[in-house]
Amino acid sequence: MNAAVPLKLMIVDDSNVMRRKIERSHQCARLQFVGSAGNGKQAVELFRRTEPDVVTMDITMPEMDGIECVEQLVGIKPEVLILIVSALADKATAIEAMKRGANGFLCKPFTDRQLTDALDELLRGAG
Amino acid sequence: MTRVELETFVEGTTHYFLTAANQAASVGSPYLVNEGIPGIQEYTGIITVAGKRKGIVYFTASRPMLTVLLMRLGETEMTHENMCDLVGEVANQISGNARRDFGNEFMISVPRVIAGTPDGAVTPANTRSFVIPINWRSHSASLVVCLD
Repeated sequence: MNAAVPLKLMIVDDSNVMRRKIERSHQCARLQFVGSAGNGKQAVELFRRTEPDVVTMDITMPEMDGIECVEQLVGIKPEVLILIVSALADKATAIEAMKRGANGFLCKPFTDRQLTDALDELLRGAG
Repeated sequence: MTRVELETFVEGTTHYFLTAANQAASVGSPYLVNEGIPGIQEYTGIITVAGKRKGIVYFTASRPMLTVLLMRLGETEMTHENMCDLVGEVANQISGNARRDFGNEFMISVPRVIAGTPDGAVTPANTRSFVIPINWRSHSASLVVCLD
Protein backbone atom coordinates (compact mmCIF):
# COMPACT_ATOMS: atom_id res chain seq x y z
CA MET A 1 0.00 0.00 0.00
CA ASN A 2 1.20 3.53 -0.81
CA ALA A 3 2.06 5.23 2.51
CA ALA A 4 1.52 8.72 1.06
CA VAL A 5 -2.15 8.20 0.23
CA PRO A 6 -4.57 8.17 3.19
CA LEU A 7 -6.40 4.88 3.62
CA LYS A 8 -10.18 4.93 3.89
CA LEU A 9 -11.56 3.88 7.28
CA MET A 10 -15.05 2.50 7.96
CA ILE A 11 -16.32 1.91 11.52
CA VAL A 12 -18.89 -0.80 12.29
CA ASP A 13 -20.49 -0.95 15.74
CA ASP A 14 -24.10 -1.09 16.94
CA SER A 15 -23.28 1.54 19.57
CA ASN A 16 -23.38 5.12 18.33
CA VAL A 17 -21.29 6.18 21.33
CA MET A 18 -18.59 3.64 20.42
CA ARG A 19 -18.61 4.58 16.72
CA ARG A 20 -18.10 8.23 17.63
CA LYS A 21 -15.40 7.36 20.16
CA ILE A 22 -13.43 5.34 17.61
CA GLU A 23 -13.81 8.12 15.05
CA ARG A 24 -12.52 10.71 17.54
CA SER A 25 -9.87 8.58 19.19
CA HIS A 26 -7.88 7.14 16.35
CA GLN A 27 -4.79 9.25 15.92
CA CYS A 28 -3.52 7.54 12.83
CA ALA A 29 -2.74 10.18 10.20
CA ARG A 30 -2.81 7.59 7.45
CA LEU A 31 -6.54 6.97 7.92
CA GLN A 32 -9.38 9.01 6.50
CA PHE A 33 -12.83 8.27 7.97
CA VAL A 34 -15.40 7.56 5.24
CA GLY A 35 -18.42 6.31 7.16
CA SER A 36 -19.91 4.10 9.84
CA ALA A 37 -22.55 1.41 10.11
CA GLY A 38 -24.63 0.05 12.99
CA ASN A 39 -24.89 -3.58 11.91
CA GLY A 40 -23.41 -6.07 9.47
CA LYS A 41 -26.03 -5.56 6.75
CA GLN A 42 -25.55 -1.79 6.72
CA ALA A 43 -21.81 -2.35 6.72
CA VAL A 44 -21.88 -4.47 3.58
CA GLU A 45 -23.93 -1.80 1.77
CA LEU A 46 -21.67 1.02 2.92
CA PHE A 47 -18.59 -1.03 2.07
CA ARG A 48 -19.74 -1.45 -1.55
CA ARG A 49 -20.35 2.30 -1.85
CA THR A 50 -17.22 3.65 -0.15
CA GLU A 51 -14.71 0.83 -0.75
CA PRO A 52 -12.73 1.37 2.47
CA ASP A 53 -9.22 -0.02 2.97
CA VAL A 54 -9.51 -0.44 6.74
CA VAL A 55 -12.52 -1.48 8.86
CA THR A 56 -13.04 -1.61 12.62
CA MET A 57 -15.64 -4.28 13.31
CA ASP A 58 -17.76 -5.03 16.38
CA ILE A 59 -19.01 -8.62 16.72
CA THR A 60 -22.23 -8.61 18.74
CA MET A 61 -24.66 -6.70 16.54
CA PRO A 62 -28.27 -7.10 15.36
CA GLU A 63 -29.21 -8.16 11.81
CA MET A 64 -25.80 -9.57 10.89
CA ASP A 65 -22.99 -10.13 13.40
CA GLY A 66 -19.40 -9.06 12.87
CA ILE A 67 -18.00 -12.51 12.18
CA GLU A 68 -20.36 -13.07 9.24
CA CYS A 69 -19.80 -9.52 8.06
CA VAL A 70 -16.01 -10.00 8.01
CA GLU A 71 -16.43 -12.98 5.69
CA GLN A 72 -18.64 -10.97 3.34
CA LEU A 73 -16.32 -7.95 3.24
CA VAL A 74 -13.30 -10.13 2.53
CA GLY A 75 -15.30 -11.77 -0.26
CA ILE A 76 -15.86 -8.37 -1.83
CA LYS A 77 -12.32 -7.02 -1.32
CA PRO A 78 -9.78 -9.61 -0.15
CA GLU A 79 -7.07 -7.03 0.64
CA VAL A 80 -9.23 -5.09 3.15
CA LEU A 81 -7.70 -4.78 6.63
CA ILE A 82 -10.14 -5.58 9.43
CA LEU A 83 -9.59 -4.85 13.11
CA ILE A 84 -12.12 -6.60 15.35
CA VAL A 85 -13.10 -4.28 18.23
CA SER A 86 -15.25 -6.36 20.54
CA ALA A 87 -16.02 -7.04 24.18
CA LEU A 88 -15.99 -10.80 23.55
CA ALA A 89 -12.77 -11.63 25.32
CA ASP A 90 -12.45 -15.38 24.76
CA LYS A 91 -9.71 -16.78 22.54
CA ALA A 92 -12.10 -18.90 20.45
CA THR A 93 -13.90 -15.81 19.16
CA ALA A 94 -10.65 -14.10 18.20
CA ILE A 95 -9.44 -17.23 16.40
CA GLU A 96 -12.76 -17.59 14.55
CA ALA A 97 -12.63 -13.95 13.43
CA MET A 98 -9.07 -14.41 12.13
CA LYS A 99 -10.10 -17.58 10.28
CA ARG A 100 -12.85 -15.62 8.51
CA GLY A 101 -10.36 -12.96 7.41
CA ALA A 102 -9.87 -10.42 10.20
CA ASN A 103 -6.33 -9.10 10.66
CA GLY A 104 -6.32 -7.93 14.28
CA PHE A 105 -8.28 -7.96 17.53
CA LEU A 106 -8.77 -5.21 20.13
CA CYS A 107 -10.80 -5.98 23.23
CA LYS A 108 -13.28 -3.43 24.60
CA PRO A 109 -12.94 -1.43 26.75
CA PHE A 110 -9.82 0.22 25.35
CA THR A 111 -7.86 3.41 25.78
CA ASP A 112 -7.19 5.86 22.94
CA ARG A 113 -3.56 4.72 22.98
CA GLN A 114 -4.53 1.05 22.65
CA LEU A 115 -6.77 1.85 19.67
CA THR A 116 -4.07 3.84 17.90
CA ASP A 117 -1.49 1.14 18.59
CA ALA A 118 -3.81 -1.57 17.25
CA LEU A 119 -4.47 0.38 14.05
CA ASP A 120 -0.75 1.16 13.62
CA GLU A 121 0.06 -2.52 14.01
CA LEU A 122 -2.63 -3.42 11.47
CA LEU A 123 -1.14 -0.99 8.93
CA ARG A 124 2.43 -2.14 9.64
CA GLY A 125 1.34 -5.68 8.89
CA ALA A 126 0.02 -4.50 5.54
CA GLY A 127 3.39 -3.01 4.66
CA MET B 1 -23.15 -18.71 41.13
CA THR B 2 -19.85 -19.32 42.84
CA ARG B 3 -17.66 -16.71 44.51
CA VAL B 4 -15.07 -17.17 41.76
CA GLU B 5 -17.68 -16.64 39.05
CA LEU B 6 -18.91 -13.46 40.71
CA GLU B 7 -15.32 -12.25 40.96
CA THR B 8 -15.20 -12.31 37.14
CA PHE B 9 -17.93 -9.67 37.05
CA VAL B 10 -16.33 -7.61 39.84
CA GLU B 11 -13.04 -7.59 37.92
CA GLY B 12 -14.84 -6.79 34.66
CA THR B 13 -16.58 -3.81 36.24
CA THR B 14 -13.35 -2.53 37.79
CA HIS B 15 -11.57 -2.92 34.45
CA TYR B 16 -14.34 -1.09 32.58
CA PHE B 17 -14.18 2.11 34.65
CA LEU B 18 -10.40 2.12 34.86
CA THR B 19 -9.95 1.68 31.11
CA ALA B 20 -12.96 3.35 29.47
CA ALA B 21 -13.33 6.22 31.91
CA ASN B 22 -9.66 6.33 32.96
CA GLN B 23 -10.83 6.62 36.56
CA ALA B 24 -11.17 3.79 39.04
CA ALA B 25 -14.52 2.91 40.57
CA SER B 26 -15.04 1.47 43.98
CA VAL B 27 -16.65 -1.90 43.30
CA GLY B 28 -18.12 -3.54 46.38
CA SER B 29 -18.59 -7.17 47.30
CA PRO B 30 -21.56 -8.89 45.62
CA TYR B 31 -24.57 -9.52 47.82
CA LEU B 32 -27.54 -11.79 47.32
CA VAL B 33 -31.01 -10.30 47.03
CA ASN B 34 -33.07 -12.39 49.43
CA GLU B 35 -36.35 -10.54 49.21
CA GLY B 36 -38.00 -8.54 46.45
CA ILE B 37 -36.24 -7.57 43.25
CA PRO B 38 -32.94 -5.77 42.74
CA GLY B 39 -33.16 -2.00 42.36
CA ILE B 40 -33.45 -0.23 39.02
CA GLN B 41 -32.20 3.29 38.32
CA GLU B 42 -33.10 5.70 35.48
CA TYR B 43 -31.34 3.70 32.76
CA THR B 44 -30.78 -0.06 32.61
CA GLY B 45 -28.90 -2.07 30.00
CA ILE B 46 -29.85 -5.74 29.98
CA ILE B 47 -27.93 -8.61 28.42
CA THR B 48 -29.64 -11.96 28.02
CA VAL B 49 -27.31 -14.90 28.52
CA ALA B 50 -27.86 -18.23 26.77
CA GLY B 51 -25.83 -21.38 26.14
CA LYS B 52 -23.99 -23.03 29.00
CA ARG B 53 -25.49 -20.52 31.46
CA LYS B 54 -28.90 -18.90 31.25
CA GLY B 55 -30.18 -15.68 32.74
CA ILE B 56 -29.44 -12.00 32.54
CA VAL B 57 -26.79 -9.47 33.47
CA TYR B 58 -27.81 -5.85 33.79
CA PHE B 59 -26.14 -2.53 34.51
CA THR B 60 -28.32 0.19 35.98
CA ALA B 61 -27.28 3.81 36.51
CA SER B 62 -28.58 7.32 36.93
CA ARG B 63 -28.61 9.97 34.21
CA PRO B 64 -26.03 12.13 36.11
CA MET B 65 -23.61 9.21 36.27
CA LEU B 66 -24.05 8.38 32.58
CA THR B 67 -23.61 12.06 31.70
CA VAL B 68 -20.20 12.14 33.37
CA LEU B 69 -19.26 8.81 31.84
CA LEU B 70 -20.19 10.10 28.37
CA MET B 71 -18.00 13.14 29.02
CA ARG B 72 -15.10 10.89 30.00
CA LEU B 73 -15.55 9.06 26.70
CA GLY B 74 -15.27 12.38 24.88
CA GLU B 75 -18.94 12.52 23.92
CA THR B 76 -20.52 15.97 23.63
CA GLU B 77 -24.14 15.03 22.98
CA MET B 78 -25.85 14.19 26.29
CA THR B 79 -29.06 12.97 24.66
CA HIS B 80 -31.52 10.37 25.90
CA GLU B 81 -30.45 8.18 22.95
CA ASN B 82 -26.80 8.31 23.99
CA MET B 83 -27.72 7.53 27.64
CA CYS B 84 -29.60 4.43 26.41
CA ASP B 85 -26.74 3.51 24.08
CA LEU B 86 -24.09 3.84 26.78
CA VAL B 87 -25.92 1.93 29.51
CA GLY B 88 -26.38 -0.95 27.05
CA GLU B 89 -22.77 -0.78 25.97
CA VAL B 90 -21.47 -0.95 29.55
CA ALA B 91 -23.58 -4.07 30.15
CA ASN B 92 -22.34 -5.52 26.86
CA GLN B 93 -18.67 -4.89 27.60
CA ILE B 94 -18.72 -6.30 31.13
CA SER B 95 -20.71 -9.37 30.01
CA GLY B 96 -18.54 -9.88 26.92
CA ASN B 97 -15.36 -9.70 28.98
CA ALA B 98 -16.75 -12.47 31.21
CA ARG B 99 -16.26 -14.89 28.30
CA ARG B 100 -12.54 -14.78 29.09
CA ASP B 101 -13.40 -16.98 32.09
CA PHE B 102 -16.74 -18.54 31.09
CA GLY B 103 -15.73 -19.40 27.50
CA ASN B 104 -17.54 -18.91 24.22
CA GLU B 105 -20.54 -20.98 25.31
CA PHE B 106 -21.46 -18.01 27.50
CA MET B 107 -23.58 -16.50 24.74
CA ILE B 108 -24.68 -12.91 25.14
CA SER B 109 -27.42 -10.98 23.36
CA VAL B 110 -27.33 -7.46 22.04
CA PRO B 111 -28.33 -5.06 24.82
CA ARG B 112 -31.96 -4.28 25.62
CA VAL B 113 -32.42 -0.95 27.34
CA ILE B 114 -35.08 0.21 29.77
CA ALA B 115 -35.44 3.90 30.57
CA GLY B 116 -37.33 4.47 33.80
CA THR B 117 -39.24 1.90 35.78
CA PRO B 118 -39.96 -1.40 34.01
CA ASP B 119 -43.52 -2.72 33.74
CA GLY B 120 -42.65 -6.05 35.31
CA ALA B 121 -39.77 -7.91 36.90
CA VAL B 122 -36.53 -7.73 34.94
CA THR B 123 -34.95 -10.77 36.49
CA PRO B 124 -36.14 -14.30 35.70
CA ALA B 125 -38.24 -16.09 38.31
CA ASN B 126 -36.63 -18.78 40.45
CA THR B 127 -33.10 -17.55 39.85
CA ARG B 128 -31.08 -15.80 42.52
CA SER B 129 -29.82 -12.29 41.82
CA PHE B 130 -26.49 -10.94 43.01
CA VAL B 131 -25.93 -7.21 43.14
CA ILE B 132 -22.47 -5.73 42.65
CA PRO B 133 -22.49 -2.16 44.00
CA ILE B 134 -20.48 0.42 42.07
CA ASN B 135 -19.43 3.81 43.38
CA TRP B 136 -17.79 6.11 40.89
CA ARG B 137 -17.04 9.74 41.66
CA SER B 138 -20.14 10.78 43.62
CA HIS B 139 -22.46 8.39 41.81
CA SER B 140 -23.83 4.93 42.57
CA ALA B 141 -24.76 2.24 40.11
CA SER B 142 -25.20 -1.53 40.17
CA LEU B 143 -24.35 -4.54 38.12
CA VAL B 144 -26.89 -7.30 38.68
CA VAL B 145 -25.97 -10.87 37.82
CA CYS B 146 -28.81 -13.38 37.65
CA LEU B 147 -27.63 -16.68 36.17
CA ASP B 148 -28.78 -20.24 36.77
